Amino acid sequence: MTSLGKPGAAAGPRTGGPRRRRASARAPLPLLLPGVLALAFLLLPLVALLVRAPWRGLPTQLTSPEVWQALQLSLISATAATAVSLVLGVPLAWLLARTDFPGRRLVRALVTLPLVLPPVVGGVALLLALGRNGVVGQWLDSWFGITLPFTTAGVVVAEAFVAMPFLVISVEGTLRAADPRYEEAATTLGASRFTAFRRVTLPLIAPGIAAGAVLAWARALGEFGATITFAGNFPGRTQTMPLAVYLALQNDPEAAISLSLVLLTVSIAVLAGLRDRWMTPS
Amino acid sequence: MTNRSVRRTRRTLRLAGAGTAALLALTACSSSGGSSTAASDKSSSTKLSGTLTVFAAASLKESFTALGRQFEKQHPGTRVSFNFAGSDALAASITSGAPADVFAAASPKTMAVVTNGKDAAGSPVTFVRNRLEIATMPGNPGHVSSLKDLTRPGLKVVLCDRSVPCGAAAQKALAAGGLKLTPVSYEQDVKAALNKVELREADAAVVYTTDVKAAGGKVEGVEFPESADAINDYPIAPLKNGQNAAAAKAFIGLVRSAQGQKVLGEAGFLEP
Repeated sequence: MTSLGKPGAAAGPRTGGPRRRRASARAPLPLLLPGVLALAFLLLPLVALLVRAPWRGLPTQLTSPEVWQALQLSLISATAATAVSLVLGVPLAWLLARTDFPGRRLVRALVTLPLVLPPVVGGVALLLALGRNGVVGQWLDSWFGITLPFTTAGVVVAEAFVAMPFLVISVEGTLRAADPRYEEAATTLGASRFTAFRRVTLPLIAPGIAAGAVLAWARALGEFGATITFAGNFPGRTQTMPLAVYLALQNDPEAAISLSLVLLTVSIAVLAGLRDRWMTPS
Repeated sequence: MTNRSVRRTRRTLRLAGAGTAALLALTACSSSGGSSTAASDKSSSTKLSGTLTVFAAASLKESFTALGRQFEKQHPGTRVSFNFAGSDALAASITSGAPADVFAAASPKTMAVVTNGKDAAGSPVTFVRNRLEIATMPGNPGHVSSLKDLTRPGLKVVLCDRSVPCGAAAQKALAAGGLKLTPVSYEQDVKAALNKVELREADAAVVYTTDVKAAGGKVEGVEFPESADAINDYPIAPLKNGQNAAAAKAFIGLVRSAQGQKVLGEAGFLEP
């Protein structure tokens, strides 16, 4: 247990970045110790992944067509899910932040439900709603011949379901923090409310939208439970990276570690981009 | 004033971002299953007590749950806690140190993972065998009458993943019939495959006879001759990492007894 502190302690002071205003004041021990322990706890599994990675076999593992297929599918479906979330989620966030209708607080709570719902439960719920025999899905099937389960579109639906709340919450928070008077000024000057939204509000909250989009994208990329339940698992069609990792873990742990490294790299790249662009004041 | 509110906006944004990132990390990891109850070690040498943790193949769910209840009745003071999942997933968690007393696998191959890892406390014995069957929707609307019918275009078929015993057996049966089948999905265990038919998302699934029986009227079974070439042996073994060796031995005894075999036989399992 004592050796746990070391990597955390080494990484601790560096995470402060350039703005260290209170560095001179020493942190009290009851806060410092658990804090460092928490950091070590969060970092240790990632370090272990790097330590145990089969570096020598990595090139052959990662150039296999299955891995590329899964990665490609993951990137495409996560991007599509983010696009869906943007198109539908930003208007929803605006409604929640700028309008007042009965039951608004309840709606807001319901929007956040997929955040706390176990993803597998979300997948079952999606099957019951949009499956071939689902409440809405049976009409999709009989009227348009569209069935979502076992298709790439189904993966996008499952990922959008779990990722959209991140975007909505993020954008709604930004909207609430943004001064509504700019919008009001625009409308008093003759702009319609939609024009005011498009020309004034949207540019104002763009950083918040971008941050929400990145978070939603990252969540969609890592989505497992809802995807395997709703869309199934077929290489090249619905087998995303997390599914490939899970199934590889059973009979080829080395392949699972290699796949995990790819996901880890992508996640770190996203978070680094997020931090540099949206989370530090310029 | 404006400058200040902009800065406040930024800070709120930053906080919101950090908060959501934390949430993200929380939910991202919550998907994978695998519950394991730590066995409390209170066993005395003569009378059985404490918790017995049994990791068993998903296909054993109904019959082992019934046997667990009988075991608790026979040995008051004991509690049997089950973890039903794909045999491969269970074997992987046992070799990673999951605290289980007994492992019942759906194939010798997945049991070998555990014995090769020196995690078994005795040699495994085959206690039942299981045969594959096709599960279709009630009334068999796709008119499936053979394994070959599953290869018809337009029919949505789900199989177990190759890494799971039921998937390996299905591939063996397909090979025996010289058939090539492209399913819509490779499911992570046999119950997941069965569920897709129960929910009417798939037209058919290749599962075990016992699963068709356990599903009651929710699916209709279709037997096929190729299944004779892909009969699965189910081995059971006590585990080294277990904390209740006496109860483990007694439970395996119950499973292999006439009483245990009766329960398993009623569920559709074949004698070893």
